[in-house]
Amino acid sequence: MKEELEKIREKAVKQITDAGNLDALNDIRVSFLGKKGELKEIMKSMKDVSPEERPNVGKMVNEARDAIEERLLEAKEKMEEAAMEARLRAEKIDVTLPAKKIKIGNSHPNTKVLKEVEKIFTGMGYSIVSGPEIEQDYYNFEALNIPANHPAKDEQDTFYITKDILLRTQTSPVQVREMEKGHLPIRMLAPGRVFRADEVDATHSPSFHQIEGMVIDKNITFSDLKGTLERVAKELFGEDTKVKFRPHHFPFTEPSAEMDVSCFKCGGKGCRFCKGEGWIEILGCGLVHPKVLKMSGIDPEVYSGFAFGIGLERITLLKYEIDDMRLLYENDIRFLKQF
Amino acid sequence: MRTSLKWIKDLVPGLECTPQEYTDAMTLSGSKVEFYEEFDKNLDKIVVGQIDKIESHPDADKLVICQVNVGNETVQIVTGAPNVAEGQKVPVVLHGGRVAGGHDGGENPEDGIKITRGKLRGVSSEGMMCSIEELGSDRNMFSDAPEYGIYVFPENTEVGADAIEVLGLHDAAIEYEITSNRVDCFSILGIAREAAATFGKSFAPPIVPETGDNDDVNNYISVQVNRPDLCSRYTGRILKNVHIGESPEWMKRRLRAQGIRPINNLVDITNYVMVEYGQPMHAYDLSTIAGHKIIVDTAKDGEEFTTLDGEIRKIDSNTIMINDGDKHIGIAGIMGGENSMITDSVETVLFESACFNGTSIRLSSKKIGMRTDASGIFEKGLDPNNAILAMNRACALAEELGAGTVVGGAVDVYDNKKESVRISFEPDRYNKMLGTDIPDDTMLKYFKALELELDKETNELVIPTFRQDLLCYADIAEEVARFYGYDKIPTTLPTGEATAGKIGYGNEINAIAREVAEFSGYSQAMTYSFESKKVYDKLMIDSSDPIRNAIEISNPLGEDFSIMRTVSLNGMMTSLATNYNRRNAECALYEMGNIYLAKSLPLTELPDERMQFTLGSYNYGDFFDLKGVVEELLQRVGMDDHVSYDPKSDKTFLHPGRQADILYDGQIIGFIGEIHPRVAKNYKIGTRVYVAVIDMPHIYDKASFDKKYTGIANFPASTRDLSLVIPTSILAGDIEKVFDVSGGEYMESYKLFDLYEGDQIGKGKKSMAYSIVFRAKDRNLEDNDVNTAMDAIMKGLKDLGVVLRS
Repeated sequence: MKEELEKIREKAVKQITDAGNLDALNDIRVSFLGKKGELKEIMKSMKDVSPEERPNVGKMVNEARDAIEERLLEAKEKMEEAAMEARLRAEKIDVTLPAKKIKIGNSHPNTKVLKEVEKIFTGMGYSIVSGPEIEQDYYNFEALNIPANHPAKDEQDTFYITKDILLRTQTSPVQVREMEKGHLPIRMLAPGRVFRADEVDATHSPSFHQIEGMVIDKNITFSDLKGTLERVAKELFGEDTKVKFRPHHFPFTEPSAEMDVSCFKCGGKGCRFCKGEGWIEILGCGLVHPKVLKMSGIDPEVYSGFAFGIGLERITLLKYEIDDMRLLYENDIRFLKQF
Repeated sequence: MRTSLKWIKDLVPGLECTPQEYTDAMTLSGSKVEFYEEFDKNLDKIVVGQIDKIESHPDADKLVICQVNVGNETVQIVTGAPNVAEGQKVPVVLHGGRVAGGHDGGENPEDGIKITRGKLRGVSSEGMMCSIEELGSDRNMFSDAPEYGIYVFPENTEVGADAIEVLGLHDAAIEYEITSNRVDCFSILGIAREAAATFGKSFAPPIVPETGDNDDVNNYISVQVNRPDLCSRYTGRILKNVHIGESPEWMKRRLRAQGIRPINNLVDITNYVMVEYGQPMHAYDLSTIAGHKIIVDTAKDGEEFTTLDGEIRKIDSNTIMINDGDKHIGIAGIMGGENSMITDSVETVLFESACFNGTSIRLSSKKIGMRTDASGIFEKGLDPNNAILAMNRACALAEELGAGTVVGGAVDVYDNKKESVRISFEPDRYNKMLGTDIPDDTMLKYFKALELELDKETNELVIPTFRQDLLCYADIAEEVARFYGYDKIPTTLPTGEATAGKIGYGNEINAIAREVAEFSGYSQAMTYSFESKKVYDKLMIDSSDPIRNAIEISNPLGEDFSIMRTVSLNGMMTSLATNYNRRNAECALYEMGNIYLAKSLPLTELPDERMQFTLGSYNYGDFFDLKGVVEELLQRVGMDDHVSYDPKSDKTFLHPGRQADILYDGQIIGFIGEIHPRVAKNYKIGTRVYVAVIDMPHIYDKASFDKKYTGIANFPASTRDLSLVIPTSILAGDIEKVFDVSGGEYMESYKLFDLYEGDQIGKGKKSMAYSIVFRAKDRNLEDNDVNTAMDAIMKGLKDLGVVLRS
């Protein structure tokens, strides 16, 4: 018995070692351990074994079965491992082949810049507001201290619809509309489309965008204006940006200023980009003129405020180094996808 | 505005600065310098030399050899100049020096031309004699220069002297951007006053001596102003025994530096005073003035007048005219008449220095189509008190230059004298506005430099009348800020009540739409709000369609920009066409922009500005891809459950079988479709174009973000497939409506999984297969539940005339 079991075991081990695939292993399992397998056959001859020997023989049979099963499992795992290795080798890809592009559209570069500006200002408590693009002469001029026949009206080359209705030349009328609402304090940002009778060329467009900002509160000072706009310039163009305020004139602010930022291309040394000046003019600003406050129903003895206007396209062109304004309104997809 | 830097320095003694330093400081105090041009930038080592001897060149007919005394030595110079002669004093650039340009007067090189010693046809030459063009100027400014050849100095010029100094070219022209409120700064004196205040130096305006003999101006001329509203002041003085001649070199230099060509003493004086005082002047030949009388009045409508340039001008009842006893002799403030022009034979001159209404001059000059130096200044609105100062200056110069004898007295019609404005001196208020702590004395020091006097009794600042821009405390605060320095004002952030930065509801919805478009592959376009009326034809919009009632711009840039758009499609189509024309293989764009709908025409109130979300594409999916984008948006704004599509949209610009209105609860909120091939052709697009337009105000009204958790299904679903054969006239929307109405409470969803039209089912028919999913939230559904629902659906379908496919 013992010898026979030993033989079966050896035979099984040999077959397992020689087995080439999982199917062969399964056949081996059936032929040795199955219902009609060799071990079962041997068990049939147990009846010939003396009762004293039986436990011993039983144990030997179990041992043989365990051993075979163990070898079978071992072999199976090995084979599976090899198969996986083979698969991994076969599945090698050229990772440098081109990607499958996800088709996603892009915001207009003006919108990208505007979002950035809006984020900075909403973070500082400014609300985004808007006003009509076709506007009353009163809001566009008169309420901004630009009376009839004021030369500033000519300078702005206004498109008129009727004598009293025009295409707004600036976003400043939104200031007046917000002040008239009378909810103080005001911290507002009004981006929008404006129109001036400029022929289309590389630096002019009869339709462009401004971003108007205004704060009205008690005790607002020129130094608040400077601090705010300096903060914004640094957020927009980087912490190293320097700003310069120059006196200027706008009918609706007094004192008025223009703000230059140090050229973000050359850092202020002077280059082709800033026309050698080291500075780039970015916006106009000032304290809201007391007349303007009064006309909009705000008492200048109690409240003061500052306002500023940024040319959106100007920032867009500078930031992305776009050399022709016409590109912004052509909508060539190869242009729009660059930003 | 342009000034010579040297002239400014002459008026501000002790002012030492380079053009760059001047530029920086003036810009920071409010007189923005746009750029400057140094006349001597490229002029080095150029002296006055005298030609001692001229010999012919042994090997060249056209060259001569000159021995030139340059002061401390004599150098040999070979030249081809045709006009050299022994004894002449000429500008000589020595070895190692530089000149501005070539003798042909062409474009000057950026860094000039370096001159070195060398040999010309074998003969050594130590330098070069210069033409006026080589010195960077021209015969226009130096009328004594020869047309070809070397510039020749007057005989009394010192040999060895700095030739550039002699020519007055050690100077720079400074170009300013003066804002419209600073009328006073359109003059040399105004700028010099600012410069003195900026640099903390004293201002030394010219001292004008009294002029006039014992004769009386009233013997010569009388003046009557019929329209004092248009001419606030008219002054006139007489210059007799007139002698026309050349102006002195100092005056010519200053005029040249201002870019003004010297002509003769009389013309030069009026030009000189105009730039110096910012007050245009005019000179009449008294003998041409009928009745020795000047009358200032407006013209009559339909009149014509010949100005001194020989042009016939149309004038009307708004044009201010200068008249004599019986005719017009000049258009006030714009240009004199041919009939009163000064000629070389003039004996007696009437000088006019007046103040005309700026707006009137501006409008007239625009109407007549003639903008002169004088009108450009008058239209800013001048200070009438300056008129007599300029007049007296002109007379003093006339005497100084020997141009004639000034007759005693002046005619001065000035009924409403302009008085100084007074503004309370409120130093605390200025500091509070600026966020500064500037002492009173410092402020008063700035004011003194600006000629603003403090009346201690009333504590008021007396504002000189030339400062028309100073009217209230805010204006004074700016003066303080300008000279304290904007750069020295501290930087702080506003304190006070915190406010929440709101984006605004409409903006948030627009942002959702933009996001959906971009994630669907559409890029953002921006197009103009104005367009041509022709776009309606291009879009094949019916000639009676009210959408053609667009708002017209009264002064457009041209027909192409003449109406405010009432549809957003032209911008989209034009952009797609640009891409198609440039052979971009595929293109998907969207735009978020307004259309403008008049409530009535002509406009009496502001129109309705409606934000349009416009999507357009070619070679980028089909109708249903675009419909998917629209539905994604509607789902994000919580509107998807109420949306339907009506194919009876009747849009002439869309494919008749591929268009639909988009409805929300039966109300049109937009449309979608394929562009009609003829319209596509009008835009030269040779492929299918799909567009969708959503009227955003409807979205703002109906969007809903009230979402609640509805649980995740725990019980299994029961699915039934339904295969139908129906007439093609029945739309999927009709079938789905039946599902929606009859599906019952357990119907969770349905999906079209097969659509077939073809031979197997016959003409006019189509087969559709839906899979309908039922589920209960709280239990397993029983067959009975589903059967009831399916029966109801079947009944609904039967009513529609649908047959189940066997």
